This record gives sequence, C-alpha cells and structure tokens, in this order.
Amino acid sequence: MLYREVGQFKTSYAADQAIFPIAQDRWFVIGVLLFAFLVVPFFITPYMANAILLPFLVFGLAALGLNILTGYCGQLSLGTAAFMGVGAYSSFKLMVLFPELNLVIVFLLAGLITAAVGMVFGLPSLRIKGFYLAVATLAAQFFLVWLFYKWDWLRDYSLTGQITVPPSDFLGVPMTGSRADPAAKYLLALAMVTVLALGAKNLVRGRFGRSWMAIRDMDVAAELMGIRPLAAKLSAFGVSSFYVGVAGAMMFTLWLGAAEGGDSFGIQTSFLVLFMIIIGGLGTVLGSFLGAAFLVLMPIVLKNTMVDMLGMTTVFAKHLEYVVMGVLIIGFLILEPHGLARLWQIAKEKLRLWPFPY
Amino acid sequence: MPRFRLMKPATTAALAVMAAGTAGAYELVIPALDFRTGPYAPNGIPFANGYADYFTMLNERDGGLCLKEGECAKFKIVHCETEYNTQKGVECYEKTKGEPPSGGLVYQPLSTGITYQLIPKASVDEIPVFSMGYGRTSATNGRVFKWIFNPPATYWSQASALIKYIGDREGGIENLKGKKIHLLYHNSAYGREPIRTLEALAKKHGFEFNGIAVDHPGQEQKSAWLRIRRERPDWVLMWGWGVMNQVAIKEAVSIRYPMDRFIGVWWSGSENDVRPSGEAAKGYLSGTFHARGADFPAHRDIIKYVYDGGKAVDPAFKDRVGEVLYNRGLVAAMWTTEAIRTAMKMHNTIEVRGKHVRDGFENLDVDEARLKELGLEGFTIPVKITCENHEGPGKVAIQQWDGKSWNIVSEGYYEPDREVVNRLIKEDSEKYAKDNNITPRDC
Repeated sequence: MLYREVGQFKTSYAADQAIFPIAQDRWFVIGVLLFAFLVVPFFITPYMANAILLPFLVFGLAALGLNILTGYCGQLSLGTAAFMGVGAYSSFKLMVLFPELNLVIVFLLAGLITAAVGMVFGLPSLRIKGFYLAVATLAAQFFLVWLFYKWDWLRDYSLTGQITVPPSDFLGVPMTGSRADPAAKYLLALAMVTVLALGAKNLVRGRFGRSWMAIRDMDVAAELMGIRPLAAKLSAFGVSSFYVGVAGAMMFTLWLGAAEGGDSFGIQTSFLVLFMIIIGGLGTVLGSFLGAAFLVLMPIVLKNTMVDMLGMTTVFAKHLEYVVMGVLIIGFLILEPHGLARLWQIAKEKLRLWPFPY
Repeated sequence: MPRFRLMKPATTAALAVMAAGTAGAYELVIPALDFRTGPYAPNGIPFANGYADYFTMLNERDGGLCLKEGECAKFKIVHCETEYNTQKGVECYEKTKGEPPSGGLVYQPLSTGITYQLIPKASVDEIPVFSMGYGRTSATNGRVFKWIFNPPATYWSQASALIKYIGDREGGIENLKGKKIHLLYHNSAYGREPIRTLEALAKKHGFEFNGIAVDHPGQEQKSAWLRIRRERPDWVLMWGWGVMNQVAIKEAVSIRYPMDRFIGVWWSGSENDVRPSGEAAKGYLSGTFHARGADFPAHRDIIKYVYDGGKAVDPAFKDRVGEVLYNRGLVAAMWTTEAIRTAMKMHNTIEVRGKHVRDGFENLDVDEARLKELGLEGFTIPVKITCENHEGPGKVAIQQWDGKSWNIVSEGYYEPDREVVNRLIKEDSEKYAKDNNITPRDC
C-alpha cells in the first residue's frame, strides 16, 4: 500500500539510472541519514559510540571492502584483518611523522598505502583461483601480522608492539586520544562511511563493477569479451584494500585508540569480516552493512538482554549466546543462502504487490 | 548441584533489599571484567572467583566496608564477560563505568591488552586502573601515570628477579656469562613486555638471550619446542597464559627438558597449568607474590559466609578455594578494599568515587600487622605505594610444583635489578609523556 511506485514516471535517463529509482526507498535512505547525522549525535553516549556505533561503522566499511573483492569480483580473501592492520599502522605512522596532517587526509593516505599493499598481494590472483587464492591471501595475513611485530620503525619503537594513537584535532575538535568527544568521532566516521559507501555503490554500477562481475561470473568468457583480467582483478584488489585500509585506520584512531598486531588484526577478525559478507549477502552494498550489524550488534543485544533484563549469570549468557548465534546463522543460511540483503529484496518485492499478490 | 548457576545470586538479594525499602543505601560498585569462556578460561575462572568471593565475604561478614561502626557501604559486583578479548573488554568498560550509585570505582582488567586501552581513558573518566603485576610496566612512574597502579611488582622487576634466581642456581650471577636463556612468550603486548629488560640484562651479564613467540591461543607449539630441543638452552623462561601454559609444560615433558630449569611468569604457575602433565611436571618453577592454600582465617570466612551461605558466583568451586590463581584474585580484592578503605578515611565519607579511590591507592600501606588483622598473616608481601612509585615493593618469590601442590622454594623474596629496570622505566614513561603531551606532576 505504502510501498507502491504507481505514478512515479521516469522522464530522463538520469532518473532511470538513479541509485534508488523508487521514491520511497530514496526518502527512506535520506531519512535514515538525516536521523544518523542530525539526531543521533545529540543523545549519543560513550557506550553507544564506542561499543555499538563505531564498531558497526568500522566493520561495515571493512565488509564493504571485502565485498567488492569477494562479492563483486569473486576473489576469495582471508587477509582482510591484515589489510586493516596496514591501514591502522599507516595512519599511526602518518600521525606520528606529520602531527599537523588533517585526519581525513590521514585516512585517505592510509587507504592508498593499503591499496598498494593489497595490489601486491593481489598479483597471485592472476595465476591462481578459488581456494588456492584463499591460501595465498592467508599467507598475506600471517606475513603482515609478523611484520607488524618485527618492524620496530612501524610501531615507533614501542616496547610491546602496541601502538597508541597520538592526540589530534579535527577542525579544532579533539578527535583522537582520551579527550575525544564521542559524538565528534561518530560523526567523522559516519561521514567517511557515507561518502565511501556512495562511491562504492556508483563504482559497482559502472564500468569497473561490470568488469568485476564479468570476471566473477566466468573469467574466460569475460576475457574473450575484451575485459582484461589483469586490470579488473588488480583494480578490485586495489579498491577493496583501500576501503579495508580506511576501515582499519578508523578502527585504530577513532574506535580503539590502541592496537596490536595479532590481537586486533589476527585471523579471527578476517573470518569475522568474511562471515559478515556471507551472512549479509555477497555482491551487495547493503548486505555488507546488514552483515556487520548482525555480527557486531547481535551479540551485544543478546548479552544485554540476557544479563541485564533476564538476570542470567555472565557465563551462562555467553554460552547461550554462542548457541543462539550459531542457530541464527545456520537458520538464515538455510532460509536464504543469498544473505540478509536478499531477504530484504524479497520483502520489497512482496511489499510492492501487497495487499493484492498474484 | 548444578554445574553453572544460571541466575545471579545478587538479583534475588537485590530484590529482597528493594522489598525491605533500603534501596537508597550507598553501594561501592566493583566492575569485574571476568573471562570464564574461551581459551583463557582455565586461568580466568579461579581469579574471577577469588576476586568476587572476597568482596562477597566482606558484604556478608561485615556488611561491606565500614568507615566506623554502623556506617558501612556494601560492595556491588558487576560482572562482565570479556573472553580476554580487548574489544569486548572496552565494551565492558564503557558499559560498567557509570553503574550507579558510585560508578565503577576501580578496574582490574586482568589483561595487558585491555589495560593498554584503559590507560588513556582512566584519567578522563577519573577511574583508577589496578593492573596487579601486569599491564604497562612503565606505569610505575606515578608522576606520568597518575591513574594507573601496578603493585606489587611489574614484569620487568620480575624478569630481573628471575635472572637473579638463575644466577643463584648457577652459583653466582657472574656464571651466567655464555649461558643460553630462551623466553617462550605469548605473542601479544603481555608476552613481549619482558623482552626489553631481558635484552638489557643479557648485555649486562653476558648471557645469550633468544625469544620464541607463540601465537594466540597457544595450542600450536611444536616448532617452538623443536627449536628448544635443537638449541638446548640452559634455561627456559615462559610468559604464557591460558591454554598456552598447559601445552608448553606438556611439550617440555615430551622433549624431556629438565623441569627445574623451566621458569614461568606468575601467570604461568597455577594448578591448571601443571595438572595435565601431573607428576611429570614435577620441578617446574614459577614466580609468585603470595602463598597458596586455604588455611588462612580469611579463607575460612569465605567458605563459611560465601560458599556455605549460598552466595558464591560459582558454587562448584568450593573444593578449589586456595588454588594459586584463586588466591591471586583474593589478594587483588584485598588490596582493592584496603585502597577503598584508605580513601574513605582520607575523605571521611563512605560515599567514595573513582577519584577518591585513586587517592586511596596512592596512599596504600598494607603492612604485616594489617595483613594479620585481615586474617592473611604471611600471605603476601607488605605493599606501600607512593605518589612517584606506583609499583610498591617489586619483590618476587619462586615457587615449585612438587607433583601435588605449589610450594615457595626461594629463600624470601628477590629484589629486582633496580639499576636496569629503573632506567628502562624512566625512558619509556618519559617517551609516553612526550607523545601524549603530559607534563609529569611533582611528587
């Protein structure tokens, strides 16, 4: 009823190619963004920022990055966490070397450095595919974490391998370090994620995205049609790593404030991001955020419900949480193997016909 | 008896209190960042139980912590499960720091990684962090790290004390020249903490030092022990935690490494760590700063009021009260309560907050006489903290596993090598102050 596009005529090519061709979608997204930008900062608490919103934004961006590589281009990667680490350590080093540098520029430079590193590790993808490529990226994961510990200069000769973000300002507002304001951190992260997600959405609809998808669907056919595998695969690795690198830089500077090779950027984080895109939906921008929301927020919601509202002990709640999360993941994958984004799409199709389905 | 208690005993108690109409009473909020699940749970559980039980015992026996007769505040323990994971630890911190009525009074993260996260937050939120014998060593410098306390001794003090012990066993520190000492460490901020000190000591005493990293969670150590078998070090030190300890000791047994030349940090020396190897681990050594056993009056009160009173978080733990890590949780709770008591006296109120408790820690003085009053005579070393020295005594004892229990074998406590350790602390804390624009305060 509400969700019907009767009467919405597209009178120009631009309208036909819009990201959200249906007016309701467009208004809904604009509404969510307005709410996130204009309302949330007024009632944000440090708990909301540091435990819920920043992790969601950071992992949403990282999942988006991996989704470009795995979901759109079909190249399986297990090195996501290490690339986040590259972003984090680059941002740390940039902030130490150039304390006056604007934080957004730090993020972008950290992303570019990660993109370069990602493309180097993407080179094997030209020769090996599928599971074998996964193993090659696994090597990147372990090599980079080893490097974070080994290379003293990278962590500014810190004794323990821990890096701690130096205090810095952004437009006169303390943004990193202990004095940072949660609302400011949230807004900066949200702005970065919004711009980058919009960029990704346009990228995957354009020439690059189409060449990635052609490679994903059948690389030999794509090559015969004139798509160069080298350019397509390496650009996917580059763009993907850029996103992942920015996510890592934000994770370190805005969210955690201190990080450490194996603890923050270990293989378990790589798997977490991979699960996000599998559950959220491979090859969709929305799916990256849905998957991140599911895996970041669900445990916190479950924990808070079970411990605070139902009065369970923390141990029992934790064990129950493992069970519930496992069942939910299996359930979702059986009901809808294409992920949460596909569920959303089906719901939309049904809504468009409601209340007179045929 | 159920294996796990499903509901918090505190919930029913809280309901009863509310029903009685005394809900407005001031309470001292103690956030407990436990890890009872995951690969570090074998070590996390005893500590968490010891920590919680001591507060519960004071609640039940004395009605909490009293400034004077009839003016008491009960402890309110807020549990939060971290799984020894840094990010979950931060979530727990944010969740519990504002818990009414007092707010979190002091944090005991029991994780070096989480401690590093809390160090910058502590000064802003005005909540002290009590990283007992772990965390950032250079936080000892109270002039820079106003809110962090790490008594009774740091990893650097401990590393130098272990080297002194090795010196004694070799018949004099000068005999260390040319000896080979390997360090098997958990590849994290925690495990890497002693490396700088051991390198400095290697230079000073002329022994050969090698570090071997073991990655989280520490189950895979075959290559590390192959290397030890090949290189035949004279001594092996270990900075391990959780399942890593058990695996390392089993591996040492399987390559027939002499167990009495294998020394663990004090986090690698509990019953859980040696039990899987049992008799074969006989002779294995570790650092410690308190006794084991449940024969102290305080322990008898815990059994009586907490376990027999049905107030325990983990009722199935009763037979294990007095284990090394249980006692470590207890000693942490004891120093914490003494700090809060000091804070109450200093500010002459029971309604203390985090910033008052910080003052309490900075003036903490628990001597032999006080330990006796607390029912813990001879349990641990006297601790006195000052404005500039947040570490306190820095002394370490050595205990040995005899196949059945842990016993202290060193004669008294080892003093750290102040010359080396203090220089490193000064360097590191001054660098921290410079990087973070902190002006060291005067003491």
